[in-house]
Amino acid sequence: MTVVQFVLVGMAFFSIGLYGVLSRKNAVLILASVELMLAGVNINMVTFDTYLQDQLHAGQIFSLFIIALAAAEVGIGIAIILLIFRNLQTADVDSLDLMKD
Amino acid sequence: MSAIDYHALLPEIILALTVLVTLVVDIVTRKKYLVAVTAMVGMFAAIIPVLTLAFCGSLEFCTSTGADRVLFGGSYVVDSYSLVFKGLFIFAAFIALLLSVGYLESDRYYEGEFYFLLVASALGAVVMASSRDFVSMVVALELVSGPAFLLAGWRKGDPKSNEAAIKFFISGVLALALLLMGVSMVYGLTGTQQFDQLAAQSASISEMPLFVLGVIFILLGFGFKVSAVPFHFWTPDTYEGAPAPVTAWLSVGSKGAGFVGLLSIAYLAFPAVADVWGPVLWLVAFISMTLGNIVAIKQTNVLRLLGYSSIAQAGFMLAPFGAAAASGSDNLEEAFYATVTYLVIYAVMNLGAFAVVIIIASRVGSFELEDWGGLSSWAPGLAMALAVFFMSLAGIPPLAGWFAKFAMFQATIGVGNWWGYSIAIAAAINAVIAFVYYSKVVKVAFMDPVPAGVDVEALERMETPAPIAFALGLTAFGVILLGIFPGLAANLGEYGAQVVAAFGG
Repeated sequence: MTVVQFVLVGMAFFSIGLYGVLSRKNAVLILASVELMLAGVNINMVTFDTYLQDQLHAGQIFSLFIIALAAAEVGIGIAIILLIFRNLQTADVDSLDLMKD
Repeated sequence: MSAIDYHALLPEIILALTVLVTLVVDIVTRKKYLVAVTAMVGMFAAIIPVLTLAFCGSLEFCTSTGADRVLFGGSYVVDSYSLVFKGLFIFAAFIALLLSVGYLESDRYYEGEFYFLLVASALGAVVMASSRDFVSMVVALELVSGPAFLLAGWRKGDPKSNEAAIKFFISGVLALALLLMGVSMVYGLTGTQQFDQLAAQSASISEMPLFVLGVIFILLGFGFKVSAVPFHFWTPDTYEGAPAPVTAWLSVGSKGAGFVGLLSIAYLAFPAVADVWGPVLWLVAFISMTLGNIVAIKQTNVLRLLGYSSIAQAGFMLAPFGAAAASGSDNLEEAFYATVTYLVIYAVMNLGAFAVVIIIASRVGSFELEDWGGLSSWAPGLAMALAVFFMSLAGIPPLAGWFAKFAMFQATIGVGNWWGYSIAIAAAINAVIAFVYYSKVVKVAFMDPVPAGVDVEALERMETPAPIAFALGLTAFGVILLGIFPGLAANLGEYGAQVVAAFGG
């Protein structure tokens, strides 16, 4: 096993997530896609950490931070989506077009 | 491992304690304005160590060796540059608190949590100024944005505010994911996340294209925070939908934090590839100022207008920075000085503009320009204040904005080649376009008739909440003072730019 295979998995996660963010209409699914992107970053970080044999383990520590940040982000995101659902009875981002030029 | 320098960390420690204390005060009292008072006291307490650190050389109790205070193995540095911005962010958060008090008291909002989140966001901005490591920088970035996402949606029943929050949130997390991907690529190629080590190693990278891609990802991620063009879509909508005091904080605190991150990453971590990110930032600056200004002309909502103006001003701030980097590193220090000076002045005048806009809108009941006609007939003082801040944003002497523009032009032309001249010409044309829409607001206030059906006497009788009036006075004083004595801002800029000289820029 080489580093390439792991990085490819990470990049695949990231790219699938990016596609999801750009193509999904449901806010919850967009949020899930963002999580997928962050998971891809985590795989990358841990892979590079092992590959470089980093004495400080900066990559692994960073991935722990990213997990915490992602959790916080889900909390914030779900709060906002619930608020929207309560007001508009939908979580479809395309229906949010009150403001545009 | 040396002992931790607590003096250097004192502003952050005080702000972190303030965050906790505001939560406790929120629980124990029913008078919610006390929470804001607590937060403001915390801001005052936090500015004291910033000042003692800045004037450390002339203080007896201060044990400075004269060098910058480097903490945690170089991951966290308290130097002149970070101190300027820490002071700026604390000031901006203080003004944003003053603006919020009257606004929140005027309707049924959750109050205590609002101040708590605002102080947390300010803490993130202050930490950002000192971060010299990707871990601390990303955590600081999230600490600035996370509370801001929630604050943008604070008017819970208003679908516009909901929309502002979700747009801000989705672009924010997408930008964060891109930034993190860039960080992971750079980390994989260099094996380090500290800026000084990155700067040392980035000259000898074997896989240069991949490294450059990582750097571009990182800069794009910060482009979202400063609302520069590829990531500007959220800006006008969020500015319009979010509560106006939150918008004031976003346009100064959160944007400023983005600029600090961008400056330190670009100059301190990747000076070796300045020939790559320089042209990218040049392009971003050019498109931001042009698009921001042209779209701003047709705006009818003052908050939207300020949103596009904020995109355009981001372009002005990036201009010297991109031009100097694109043409080699000879003029980096001057460009750095221009950007820091611009940010300081922009912070004061933009906060003032929001203060006056909030006061007027609270009386008129609308942010639409057409409802603002005849302002000078029933509130000459407010109309004058409006003229002062908007003319300052347009860059008319003797108001502070002219010096910001002057420093920017000086730095771009000082680059001395077509990277600099072309962006200076573009900026000059844009400054004229910007004058059109800034003066449109002033024209409406002074020359248009009062809209039909408006009870002018009722408007005249309305009173301005004292905290907002105080914020307005403070910023108006600042704008006029900085305009007449631009040396004050210039000194701050030079003081902040010392960091570039330190690494031989």
